[in-house]
Amino acid sequence: MTTNTINESLDEVHHDEHHDHKMTGLKRWLFTTNHKDIGTLYLWFSFIMLLTGGALAMVIRAELFQPGLQIVEPDFFNQLTTVHGLIMVFGAIMPAFTGFANWMLPMMIGAPDMALPRMNNWSFWILPFAFAILISSFFMESGAPNFGWTFYAPLSTTYSNGSTAFFVFAVHIMGISSIMGAINIVVTIMNLRAPGMTYMKMPLFVWTFFIMAYLLIAVMPVLAGVVTMLLTDTYFGTSFFDAAGGGDPVMFQHIFWFFGHPEVYIMILPAFGIVSTIIPAFARKKLFGYSSMVYATASIALLSFIVWAHHMFTTGMPLFGELFFMYCTMLIAVPTGVKVFNWVATMWRGSMTFEIPMLFSIAFVILFTIGGFSGLMLALTPVDFQYHDTYFVVAHFHYVLVTGSLFSIYAGAYFWLPKWTGHMYSDTLSKWHFWCSLISVNLLFFPMHFLGLAGMPRRIPDYALQFADFNKWVSIGGFAFGLSQLIFLAVVIKCIRGGEKAPAKPWDGAEGLEWTVASPAPYHTFSTPPPINEDKH
Amino acid sequence: MSNGTAHRTNKPSNSQVIKKLVLVVFAMFGFGFALVPLYDVFCDITGLNGKTNTVAALYTDDGIDTSRSVKVQFITRMAKGIPWQFEPVINEVSVHPGEMKFVNFYAKNISQYDIVGQAVPSVSPGLAAGYFQKIECFCFTQQPLKAGEEVKMGLQFYVDRELPVEINTLTLSYTLYDISGKENS
Repeated sequence: MTTNTINESLDEVHHDEHHDHKMTGLKRWLFTTNHKDIGTLYLWFSFIMLLTGGALAMVIRAELFQPGLQIVEPDFFNQLTTVHGLIMVFGAIMPAFTGFANWMLPMMIGAPDMALPRMNNWSFWILPFAFAILISSFFMESGAPNFGWTFYAPLSTTYSNGSTAFFVFAVHIMGISSIMGAINIVVTIMNLRAPGMTYMKMPLFVWTFFIMAYLLIAVMPVLAGVVTMLLTDTYFGTSFFDAAGGGDPVMFQHIFWFFGHPEVYIMILPAFGIVSTIIPAFARKKLFGYSSMVYATASIALLSFIVWAHHMFTTGMPLFGELFFMYCTMLIAVPTGVKVFNWVATMWRGSMTFEIPMLFSIAFVILFTIGGFSGLMLALTPVDFQYHDTYFVVAHFHYVLVTGSLFSIYAGAYFWLPKWTGHMYSDTLSKWHFWCSLISVNLLFFPMHFLGLAGMPRRIPDYALQFADFNKWVSIGGFAFGLSQLIFLAVVIKCIRGGEKAPAKPWDGAEGLEWTVASPAPYHTFSTPPPINEDKH
Repeated sequence: MSNGTAHRTNKPSNSQVIKKLVLVVFAMFGFGFALVPLYDVFCDITGLNGKTNTVAALYTDDGIDTSRSVKVQFITRMAKGIPWQFEPVINEVSVHPGEMKFVNFYAKNISQYDIVGQAVPSVSPGLAAGYFQKIECFCFTQQPLKAGEEVKMGLQFYVDRELPVEINTLTLSYTLYDISGKENS
């Protein structure tokens, strides 16, 4: 490893001779084709979006703090829930994972950069425009989209407040950005692996991003298609979803969820990859069942294409259809269970230590499993009629997206921050971040299960009096969780500005090529591919 | 591809992979649109969305099944913004499978303008839609009404003898849309 580090620093010297045209200031970030710069841009962008979407959530929770209408009008409330969902899905979670992919994939497979660096620059820089379009609609006369992030027709066509065009173009740009990012990931992984790194020697992190990228390439175009139909239905007189012209609004839901269900795995598979990297590092054991993890990831991805109608049980389906989608959905619990048990088995009898990345990872395993179980409950057709469109669903998808995806992003950020910045972060502050987040997130989302079971519908600005107490606690949890995320901002800024110098490999159980280069990672790494000789897995 | 030494040479070039992936992107974009006709075919076979026949069915006289009777209910709905009065003359009839029935619907344009209306039928439960046969229906054509004009519109139908026995009530719902300016010539 020491030799490698020396080689790398030699490489660095060698590079600085030839690459001293590195731009400075704003130009560096605008024109960069460096995977580390672009990764950084993605990560900062997603964090800004997290805070923006979070701010909208704060208004939602303030309105729901007590029954009655206090702060916002019902129509504006709908705009808040819609844009909150869109920003969190397309602006916070997905770009954060692309950021990880950019930073880590080339370093993990021993590649000098992503395979398509110029496209990489473009796929990031169109993203801020997409969200500028989306958010600007708040300041227009018609207001922002108010039809829910699922934009069901005819809410988004016949009954649209006029924001549909802006919404559609924003989604088109987000889709193009994601597709370009995904193509880049696939080409990088297929073609730039260091010699000797076979597919089954790739870190699981790389595998999960590989499969996620394929999912993106397969379903983002379907999303683009469905929003295009929406656009022509609203403005050009077509009748895809309009019964008057022979269309069918339920068909919208079929096409949307054909995209929508693989989309939820797009947001969780990379989380599996991050956690599968971190748990072995702090349990000081190899990942248990590496190949079963690869196959489980692939099975989840394949199954995700044949379960979409479990979002639509209440639209009226023949019994056969309900049974088919119910059983297929329940089947997903098998590969997911394989993963959870493999993480537990990795920790079993390991020499565990509980650094911050590990704390977030363990919290991920437990809380994601809770979200998985409530998902299993929702998969059961007969009971779904009770849970459908209640706060139970809200609790479910926030457990898998916040304590699932977001916690894995935090785990990964804490794991690689020393590599990114070259400094160790403040242990005290990051512990505050973890414990405040853990407690408040459960206060925020756990009572929602009971609210939903008791019949509180989602997407409402006002509610019946019997839900008042729980909602008060949920709102308090929400405010606390929102504020806790500012601690993370403090940790990161402090870490960038200074702190204890990080060694090349700050975690003694960590494995992978990224730890063979210096911290902070040099601007150019692995210009010559590293030797892969260790017999991994 | 797993051979360490032959590794570099075995890989397809970047542009080959990109071409394939871009092809997948366009294919999936097309697939999204292909779902539209596929959905119609699928619904046609399964009766999933309660759509009924859009052209007149021929009445085949192969006897009336007097052993059971089916309740057929009629409901009407005005789509947003059409100023008509539109309702069934009778709300419910009882028919034997195979028996032909004739019912009337009443429509009146209560606005100051001439409007062309189009009624779109839907049968619930959806699985019964394929057994509900319309021989003559005002929904087959567009219905222009002058300001203040009223009309009685007829529906002649029968319920197929093959209707599953567990279905004993059918609801036929008509939604009326304003298609003025959008009507086909």
